[in-house]
Amino acid sequence: MANRPMLEVVALEKRFGPNTILKKIDLKVAESELVFVIGPSGSGKSTMLRCCNRLEEPTSGDILVNGRNIMAGTRRDLDRMRLQIGMVFQGFHLYPHMSVLKNVTLAQRKALKRSKAEADARAMNMLEQVGMAHKADAYPGELSGGQQQRVAIARSLALDPKVMLFDEPTSALDPELVGSVLKVMKDLKSKGMTMVVVSHEMAFARETADRVVFMDGGVVVEEGTPDEIFGAPKAERTRAFLSRVSG
Amino acid sequence: MDRFLETFFNPVVMAQYTPDILAGVWVTLQIAAAIIVAGIAAGLALACLRSYGIRVLNVFIICYADIFRALPPLVVILILYFGFPSIGIQLSGPMVLFIVLAATLAAFAEEIFWAGFSSVEKGQWEAGIATGLGFTRTLTYIALPQAFRLAIPPIVNRVLAITKMTALGSAIGVSEILSSATTAQSFSGSATPLTMSVIAYLAIFLPMVAAARWLESRTAWKKR
Ligand SMILES: Nc1ncnc2c1ncn2[C@@H]1O[C@H](COP(=O)(O)OP(=O)(O)OP(=O)(O)O)[C@@H](O)[C@H]1O
Ligand SMILES: [Mg+2]
Repeated sequence: MANRPMLEVVALEKRFGPNTILKKIDLKVAESELVFVIGPSGSGKSTMLRCCNRLEEPTSGDILVNGRNIMAGTRRDLDRMRLQIGMVFQGFHLYPHMSVLKNVTLAQRKALKRSKAEADARAMNMLEQVGMAHKADAYPGELSGGQQQRVAIARSLALDPKVMLFDEPTSALDPELVGSVLKVMKDLKSKGMTMVVVSHEMAFARETADRVVFMDGGVVVEEGTPDEIFGAPKAERTRAFLSRVSG
Repeated sequence: MDRFLETFFNPVVMAQYTPDILAGVWVTLQIAAAIIVAGIAAGLALACLRSYGIRVLNVFIICYADIFRALPPLVVILILYFGFPSIGIQLSGPMVLFIVLAATLAAFAEEIFWAGFSSVEKGQWEAGIATGLGFTRTLTYIALPQAFRLAIPPIVNRVLAITKMTALGSAIGVSEILSSATTAQSFSGSATPLTMSVIAYLAIFLPMVAAARWLESRTAWKKR
């Protein structure tokens, strides 16, 4: 590959007590690439994603973001590097005591030390991008799940991340709200964002993903283009999983 | 009936001792304010410290909270006031009252704030950490305001319960309301000063109870 990967996971291992959840995972995500991760429940998809910003502490291995190792350096360095790694959770986790605008400006102000004017402008810009500018003064409790998730995406984007990680961003949503969030993600992809998406939205993967990674039992079993994985999976485990989710 | 009025509402006695009772009210208000501020601040600080999860420190904090929640404040007050001078520590009555009740309030407040922190969703912490805020700023801007709102009703109730205990000052000669009233009662031979103390306590605490109700009714933020 000519350009170096934007996100690189090297020999990532994670143990919880006696259980090894991730077994030497390697993954490279190029700039502007969208990698879609699938796998059965408990295969370690969330754990892998959460290791990428050290919400979960890897047992061993390295995580490189834009060439810099987030496993090296001080806590301060880590917090600074976390600004470059956006994360979107299944449960949104907006701050209920703050307005939408405040949700999007908080880390800009306190971590990036932007001025209020600058943070507000940036926030409105991002809210515009996810179609939520009209709700800037609302509180999270007043929004639908789909709206909350779009605000959560804006909150991450406002920090100018190099990579965005999505952990089942639409799994907690009513079916009719899923589309609005996927549309925002598609826009993001077309603007050149580097993304890793754990999700069950196979149609979205076919349409948008550059690469699909199938995980099972803490290892990457198979990876390839959406056509390769969905059309002609090589591994037996991949075939079994795909027939189960589509059946 | 006349006898009742004469005993509890004697106008002459009332007029004579009103200044004393008012002086007692002033003393009570000052000590109570100091107890509330110091107790809540210390309790909040302890709960924040505890959230860092430093083992040794937490053992101390938990022991402190448990001991001061278990002990009757009067016992500690008597020990500090009558016992400590013999080991060379001389504290004034108001100071003893303040220290013991503030320490007691701090113990309860620590537990209440801690319960508040514990009920802040893990995802809230993770969202803060993931956006580069780090532990301390996530604590300050995300967890603390949410814990605080949850803590307000129980804290207000505890503040009421503990500031009322300033009446224990009468056991060590602090001239707060009750002590002024009992002094006046023994000088006048009338129970009227005690009635006046009841009125004084109600005048102070009824508004606080009303404020507590009001706070409780508006602590839930806009629907989740
Ligand atoms: N904090 C933890 N302590 C102990 N075990 C954990 C912890 N977090 C996750 N695990 C275990 O790690 C394994 C992988 O979990 P993970 O959440 O990464 O799976 P997943 O692929 O995201 O599954 P799902 O599709 O259900 O979200 C599971 O067996 C889970 O029980
Ligand atoms: Mg998961």
